[in-house]
Amino acid sequence: MKRIVLIFVILLAGLHAAFAIDPLPFKDRAEEVRFQNLTRQLRCLVCQNQDLADSDADLAKDLRRQVFQMMQEGKTDDQIKQYLVSRYNDFVLYDPPLHAGTWLLWFGPFAFLALGAFVVLRILRKRSRIPLATDTTSEEDW
Amino acid sequence: MLPELGQFALILALLLAAVQCTLPIYGAWRGNATLISIARPVVAGQAVFVVLAFGILTWAFLTQDFSVAYVAQNSNLSLPWYYRFPAVWGAHEGSLLLWILILNVWTVAVAAFSRHLPDATMARVLGVLGFISCGFLLFTILTSNPFLRHLPALPDGNDLNPILQDPGLIMHPPMLYTGYVGFSVAFAFAIAALLGGELDVAWVRWARPWTNVAWAFLTLGITLGSWWAYYVLGWGGWWFWDPVENASFMPWLVGTALIHSQAVTEKRGSFRAWTLLLSIFAFSLSPLGTILVRSGVLTSVHAFASDPRRGIFILVFLGIVVGGSLLIYALRAPKVAGGKAFRLLSRETLLLVNNLMFVCAAAMVLLGTLYPIIGDMLGVGRISVGPPYFGFVFPLLMLPVVLLIPFGPFFRWAMADWGAAWRSLRLALILAIAATIAAALIFLHAPLRALAGVAATFWVGSGIVAYAIRRWREAPAGRRYTPEMLGMILAHFGLAVFLAGVLITGATSVERDLSFAPNQAQQVGGLDFRFVGVTRVQGPNYLADQGTLEVRDGDRLVTTMHPQKRQYSGQQMQSKSDIDGGVFRDIYVALGDPLGDKAWGVRIYVKPFVRWIWAGGLFMLFGGLTAAADRRFRAKRAEADADAPAAVPAQVSA
Amino acid sequence: MSLGRLLPFIGFALIVALLVFGLRWNRTHDMNWVPSPLIDKPAPEFTLPLLYDSTMSVSRKDLLGKPWLLNVFGSWCATCQDEHPVLMAYARKFGVQLIGLDWKDDPDTAKRWLAQFGNPYETILVDTDGKAGIDFGVYGAPETFLVDAQGVVRYKHIGNLTPESIARELEPAIARLRTERP
Repeated sequence: MKRIVLIFVILLAGLHAAFAIDPLPFKDRAEEVRFQNLTRQLRCLVCQNQDLADSDADLAKDLRRQVFQMMQEGKTDDQIKQYLVSRYNDFVLYDPPLHAGTWLLWFGPFAFLALGAFVVLRILRKRSRIPLATDTTSEEDW
Repeated sequence: MLPELGQFALILALLLAAVQCTLPIYGAWRGNATLISIARPVVAGQAVFVVLAFGILTWAFLTQDFSVAYVAQNSNLSLPWYYRFPAVWGAHEGSLLLWILILNVWTVAVAAFSRHLPDATMARVLGVLGFISCGFLLFTILTSNPFLRHLPALPDGNDLNPILQDPGLIMHPPMLYTGYVGFSVAFAFAIAALLGGELDVAWVRWARPWTNVAWAFLTLGITLGSWWAYYVLGWGGWWFWDPVENASFMPWLVGTALIHSQAVTEKRGSFRAWTLLLSIFAFSLSPLGTILVRSGVLTSVHAFASDPRRGIFILVFLGIVVGGSLLIYALRAPKVAGGKAFRLLSRETLLLVNNLMFVCAAAMVLLGTLYPIIGDMLGVGRISVGPPYFGFVFPLLMLPVVLLIPFGPFFRWAMADWGAAWRSLRLALILAIAATIAAALIFLHAPLRALAGVAATFWVGSGIVAYAIRRWREAPAGRRYTPEMLGMILAHFGLAVFLAGVLITGATSVERDLSFAPNQAQQVGGLDFRFVGVTRVQGPNYLADQGTLEVRDGDRLVTTMHPQKRQYSGQQMQSKSDIDGGVFRDIYVALGDPLGDKAWGVRIYVKPFVRWIWAGGLFMLFGGLTAAADRRFRAKRAEADADAPAAVPAQVSA
Repeated sequence: MSLGRLLPFIGFALIVALLVFGLRWNRTHDMNWVPSPLIDKPAPEFTLPLLYDSTMSVSRKDLLGKPWLLNVFGSWCATCQDEHPVLMAYARKFGVQLIGLDWKDDPDTAKRWLAQFGNPYETILVDTDGKAGIDFGVYGAPETFLVDAQGVVRYKHIGNLTPESIARELEPAIARLRTERP
């Protein structure tokens, strides 16, 4: 099932370590920054975990050009992302969209924190009922 | 001949490790002094054979013995001699051998500096370390043997990946592994304490210096890795939240919680369960990281090997070691919360919150890193989790830490004097607010993140300086700063420096891809870049196109930069960027492709304050090492036993 | 042994279980596989010139009415060479017209390649800049799409077709189309 071509491209991308230097005719600095932000959020599908901005894979270059062209056409960031997702799946987004499948990802850490905070508060409340030791010397300051 | 000897040495080491992890522990259980006393000699013996094996592999590289398959895969005739040595750990098999070597170095050190430990404890600690060594040696011999031959010997090998032909390669893995492996010592002490059923907390006092040193080295390893990625990989970034990076960051987060928790347990007798668990987790994240990086279960730019078979082996090992430890914990951990009582407003509370936040952060990183697998399992298609996720959630979780950190040293144990603490920190808060306003006024378009960086840096930085000053004023001369306290000051200050770097560079860096005709000048980040041209240059094992750019600030020539695109002998290409580094900003230039009409593509970065990121890391490194040097930890055995606060059974259980 | 004491062990066991799943998944799946969002959706619009007659072009609507297979290939693609004999053998057996998409390739080189290795395709379309490929969500060659008579994508195969994958997946997919026809 190994895709030899894919490996080839991946190897090339890795061995090259040649950055995806691709000067594009931006209207102004703001447009350039927007392009950079966008391509940093998009994944190069044929690379081993690189974003579109840094990959020098052929497909990455094509997709960057596509993003640039759509920006020129006046599409919004969301429209551009939607364009790519409808062709390449959510996989192409490094910012996982919020849907049922990613609830655990987005809410999990905060749920964990809330649970932990609850446990910690319980510990603290129990501890504060115990009488303090009386030997708080300056030695103990550190 | 020699490679076979190397294999044999590994097998002997394995046998000795097997002895090391069984007999002394059994002896400690039964009170058999003879069995206990074989621990140290066996440790020495195992180390001898591991050093021998590593030396033989190194020799094979230095003499360019291409009959050894691993050597042929990772070096060739044109590899400069100084890269043949680090090429030993340039790929999976050799890096494992390095790991085992470092584990043995730590074990020998523990064996040598453990005269003050009770023999039974020493036996258990060395035994646990032996068990870990056993597992890794078995893994190497069975699945990752670096001494396998390729006969007939190839006339020449593959080149070492050009990215790895760099001084960073010499330092990054050994430092990182020293950190990772060092947490096994804390783990070993924790398991020894559980096995021995010890109620007191002397074991924490013994474990602390080892843990601090391990943490310091892990900090250094991660800092070096980030620095290396920055100047070799050329995308101007220093952290991508790649699975391999996360694999090293998670133990660091847990390790940070651990060193703080150990302090509380040692001084106040509290948090014993936390310290035990954190010791187990900090260690467990190392083999877990190994699975993530070497089994192919996750996609990563950095992945060493993609062999599920190896993944299964490590998983079994992880299951046995960590599962076993957690079961031992469940059975033998103190059932009753011990230690001196403390109020809501106290240093203990702050450190409890610290524990919580760092554990949450580590759990979050683990969740995000493993989420693609969870996504596959839930059948929601392939999901990518990258910097947008981590870069958003992590700072949120760390915000409470950053806000509370200056209070830590000012809050007393058991019951903090809020008024005094507030009086001491008022100035720091005012300074932070003033600096932020000043920055907003001076740099009119400063992004919010940069201002937050200024605020955070001044808050944390002034807070720790305020403490250092107060300590200077109030403590008697000669006892102002213990090494432990000095270490804390350095490390917290390092955090302030780190925050400055991260937040300011993140918000104010400029990157541009530009097309330059010969002698054309363009502006980036307030500086003028003039492209002089491209020439051909010959290196020891490569041919390169070298570009020349003159950088000017107004009329003054700041520097001349020479980015290269190198063609290595093995058909591998590498773009070698040129960096002009400074305390307050880096200029970073990479050469792209020729664009016709003698024009070339060039990428230029101007990154203010980026070096503060790694400077912060270095401060933390020195802080950790300084704290470990505290003489209290090296107290003789009698004193250690007398000082250790006995656990005070509390009226309630935790 | 209270639940609290066992909690870390339970949490750890869950992580191990997840990793076991991950390792087994890794063995049976291509880690670079990306599922296509086009399944059961209309094939994208396209108008592409023919390889052997660049003055003529074919668009999506020209292909409505009968199912068709689109095989994305290129003369530069090593795996396509592995796939080629399989396509040559099965082209007539599919019962569905096989259309080639010469992706990101030089037309003359492609013609030479086909002359050397044979031409299993009824029609070959040329997508030199890769635009149509992007619309189809192509991210590497070879890939094969099955499109039904209404122009809806019903199946996508990533990587080279083998007799096993044809028997296991492609032929049943084609058969399903036949049972649906009125």
